[in-house]
Amino acid sequence: MSSWAGPEDIYLSTSLASYLDRKILVLLRDGRKLMGTLRSFDQFANAVLEGACERVIVGEQYCDIPLGLYVIRGENVVLIGDLDTEREELPPNMIRVSETEIKRAQKVEREASELRGTMRKRMEFLDFD
Amino acid sequence: MLFFSYFKDLVGQEVTVELKNDLAIRGTLHSVDQYLNIKLENTRVVDQDKFPHMLSVRNCFIRGSVVRYVQLPPDGVDVDLLHDAARREARGG
Repeated sequence: MSSWAGPEDIYLSTSLASYLDRKILVLLRDGRKLMGTLRSFDQFANAVLEGACERVIVGEQYCDIPLGLYVIRGENVVLIGDLDTEREELPPNMIRVSETEIKRAQKVEREASELRGTMRKRMEFLDFD
Repeated sequence: MLFFSYFKDLVGQEVTVELKNDLAIRGTLHSVDQYLNIKLENTRVVDQDKFPHMLSVRNCFIRGSVVRYVQLPPDGVDVDLLHDAARREARGG
């Protein structure tokens, strides 16, 4: 593993070299989904994404928010997926909305889950058997 | 080193990788490295409706640090061999 990989080794190794200059999806630990062209990487899975955008999905609505050139710290990376350009990226029932619309939907979803959280805490406090 | 060698022998088999964020991905094990990073080919997500963004992902790289489980075919594992290797490693290590 310490020697440089030869040209054939790229096909068998776990290096991100096979994803270079391709459009990829990066899942982050905080749940965000970034998409862009992989321009650089290293052994920690740090990555440089060109033309990056964040795909925000709430229910059946989605929006791509442009971000530009991004450097991602590897410790935040969950998964890097090679996007097959021949296939549809999203199910056909999904509706593309504007940035303000998706941010509003995110707020609603966040408030709903916070409410569920506080209600659960109240139930636990009451200690129903 | 033991599990790295073990996974190297499993290359080509169908596995399901369950991540710490509860995402489960089924695919063919393409490669593994010393950090137990995994590359899968021909991937499909187990609960596709919950993860619509993964629809067109067919190959992926999974960082070793985020893996919770790797589910293997029951006949894809020689448990006795693994048991011996673990005993040897425990004795030597």
